[in-house]
Amino acid sequence: MLAAVATFALEGVRPQEVTVEVDVRRGLPTFTLVGLPDRAIRESRERVRAALLNSGLDFPQKRLTVNLAPAHVRKAGPSFDLAIAVGLLAASGQVPSEGLTDCALAGELSLSGELRPVRGALNAALGARRAGYRRVLVPEANAPEAALVEGIEVSAIPSLFHLAELLHNRWTPEPTQPAVPGPDEPAPEAPDLADVRGQDDAKRALEIAAAGGHNLLMVGPPGAGKTMLARRLPGILPPPSFEEALEITQVHSAAGIGNGRLATQRPFRAPHHTISAQGLVGGGARPMPGEMTLAHRGVLFLDELPELARSAVDALRQPLEEGRVEITRGQRTLEFPANAIVIAACNRCPCARAGDRCSCTTLELGRYQRRLSGPLVDRIDLVCQVAAVPTAQLVEASGARPVRSVDVRARVVAARQRQLVRLAGTGVLCNGDMDGRLTRSQVPLEATVAGRLLAVRDRIALSGRGHDRVLRVARTIADLDGRDLLRGGDLDEALSYRLDAWQRVAA
Amino acid sequence: MIDACDACLRRAFLLAYLAPRIAGLLGAGDRRAHGLLALPEDALLKATAGKRLGEALGFLESLEVDRRREGLAAGGHVAVCRHAQPYPPLLHELADPPAVLFGAGRAEVLALLADEPAVTVVGTRRASPYGTEVAYALGRGLGAAGVPVVSGLALGVDGTAHRGCLDGGGVPVAVVASGADVIYPRRHRSLYERVRDTGLVLAELPPGTEPYRWSFPARNRIMAGLAQVTLVVEAADPSGSLITAEFAKDLGRCVAAVPGRVTSSVARGTNNLLKDGATPISGTEDVLDELFGVGARVAPESGRARVPPEPALAGVLEAAEGGDSVEAIARATGKTAAETRAALGRLEAEGFLVRRDLGGWERAAW
Repeated sequence: MLAAVATFALEGVRPQEVTVEVDVRRGLPTFTLVGLPDRAIRESRERVRAALLNSGLDFPQKRLTVNLAPAHVRKAGPSFDLAIAVGLLAASGQVPSEGLTDCALAGELSLSGELRPVRGALNAALGARRAGYRRVLVPEANAPEAALVEGIEVSAIPSLFHLAELLHNRWTPEPTQPAVPGPDEPAPEAPDLADVRGQDDAKRALEIAAAGGHNLLMVGPPGAGKTMLARRLPGILPPPSFEEALEITQVHSAAGIGNGRLATQRPFRAPHHTISAQGLVGGGARPMPGEMTLAHRGVLFLDELPELARSAVDALRQPLEEGRVEITRGQRTLEFPANAIVIAACNRCPCARAGDRCSCTTLELGRYQRRLSGPLVDRIDLVCQVAAVPTAQLVEASGARPVRSVDVRARVVAARQRQLVRLAGTGVLCNGDMDGRLTRSQVPLEATVAGRLLAVRDRIALSGRGHDRVLRVARTIADLDGRDLLRGGDLDEALSYRLDAWQRVAA
Repeated sequence: MIDACDACLRRAFLLAYLAPRIAGLLGAGDRRAHGLLALPEDALLKATAGKRLGEALGFLESLEVDRRREGLAAGGHVAVCRHAQPYPPLLHELADPPAVLFGAGRAEVLALLADEPAVTVVGTRRASPYGTEVAYALGRGLGAAGVPVVSGLALGVDGTAHRGCLDGGGVPVAVVASGADVIYPRRHRSLYERVRDTGLVLAELPPGTEPYRWSFPARNRIMAGLAQVTLVVEAADPSGSLITAEFAKDLGRCVAAVPGRVTSSVARGTNNLLKDGATPISGTEDVLDELFGVGARVAPESGRARVPPEPALAGVLEAAEGGDSVEAIARATGKTAAETRAALGRLEAEGFLVRRDLGGWERAAW
């Protein structure tokens, strides 16, 4: 007899439908698994056999053939266990196969017949809905995550035995609550800007970066607080919308780092500077998401930027420009989402000493700054200083009320709202994502302001790209201030944040 | 333009032929070709050729000066010997003037050098941002005032002075240690081309010759000889720039230096020069006063407002001059970070501040 069961495999973070076909017929007892399975799937034979027998079900002593279709796609991971076991049950007539036609399932089996959680349950549920299935059967631990998908019935299955009972209509699972935080549940505590003493310049730059989605370079000596400041950016970004939260959760579920609930916070990733290109943008024989993807819709922090491998920085070109990563392996191309704000940090100069005590020559400075150049620096709109805060300021009782993240976030949300309205229909969501053409059409200048910018451009040798960058940042500054028209002051401030000003020094 | 007599050309090519021998004779410690270049032909041969005297004589025998001259003309080179009229008159004051000056670029510049007093700007290859800013501003100011700026096309101060002179619309003159058509250092290719196209690249060695260790101090004497004032921007001690200054002093020309921080190693040479009586330079005007007499010629840009456009910006400018962080400037002036940034951007846009390195500012030289 023949049975077919639908399940979903992960292609990067995208769900890929796989049909598990099981054929049971008389003959010498064998178990053949075809359809490009990896080692973990081959081993599923042993898990399936033990799980069936330990659940009081029968492992047929017949000629068994299992095919994973489409047969040309490589498949990996233990999430096929459940589909294979259920296929065997249906093909050997132990469960009715009618109930299987409109549902998809995924799960790893333990030898006792219990279901273990799998990676990417949310992705599988989304795939099942898109493919038109009515119902998705997942391990109990994955159910709240899968239930985030609306318009599909999610059943939490504790064990293989329960699943057989369900197919016989002798057991009904409890309805599953989606893993969204309740209205009275306090949001998890994000690090607050108020914890940071001083650093007003960096805080202002962070606010602009958050408001316009601009990438930021922080320059300052070691120990001045660059990492501490960067960690506070997710807390001042607008809270993720439900769609964004789903995207974040999908990525984290596929990478196996999620907590099985809807992500309520934007991710913050801070890989060490020895990270490889693959680690940063994803890769490997079985492509796994890289840090840039794990930071999707959040913040990627790259400390010690000049120490990063050249190849790693170069690999950032595509995600920075397109918000996604493409990885080609053999015949197929995987795509990972990778749209994050990048905060980079570096010292002011190789010797890292402040002001007058710096002994670096122009030659050394030039060499250091040349190491910074590349696709990342081309996409950095803002550069700010993080100076060591004087000890007196650290210990004194601060008279003024420190800036709190909630207040900054409120301003950021308002500024983002203005951008959404203005940029509606352009396919771009924030000022930081505007390209040169869009910048010039979306940032109109009054004649006096435009004339001043033109004069400045000649004096300080502003490149075309630098000019666009200044306009984008000035636009965000005006948005933060709630103004439609740009003032001269916005441009002045934006000018002071620009990065491309060292031609003469580096010559 | 070729204007050189047979004897002088003969000597120039002989010098190029003997150049590796001279390098061998001088060894690592001594880079100055003491007196060698002043020797007449036969004495020079005796002093340097040694056992290879026969070979060297053979070279002279087979040297076809006319053919060489034709080759130079065909290559578009400039060559003037010390008996020719366009030869810079000031160079005759040298104890060992080069027999022939080869050049690449505009030959008219030689006439300019005869009429206008020139300034030689030299300094370290490892310039600090301060030295770079000052060298650039001096080069630009002098260039704009119509004073030819002589330098050595080296990295650091030399190249920056050329660049400033070009940006100021002046006439740059580069004296190089190689042949005038050899670009050294390679990194200065585009600068070399700009200097050649607007001004003149001069050399003592014929075209195609690579530089030798001894030819750098040798070209320093030409730089010192060409100019009324030799100005050192930043120099360690000892250094090639100090050699140039010494040549200038021996010629009785004016030696000037830009004061530097006493803690900086690249300011030691210039500060020592000042202690020994060199003229301190704190702006283009000082150099112009030295050349033409006090107030006789003013730098075209000196009329520019030195006072910030708004009084509110003065405090920020003062604090920024001290190299303070944005944070410290904001504290000192009682402004918010955003207001401070706007003020800094304005001051930079108006030319009062220049970007120093990653996100820092420095007062623009002038």
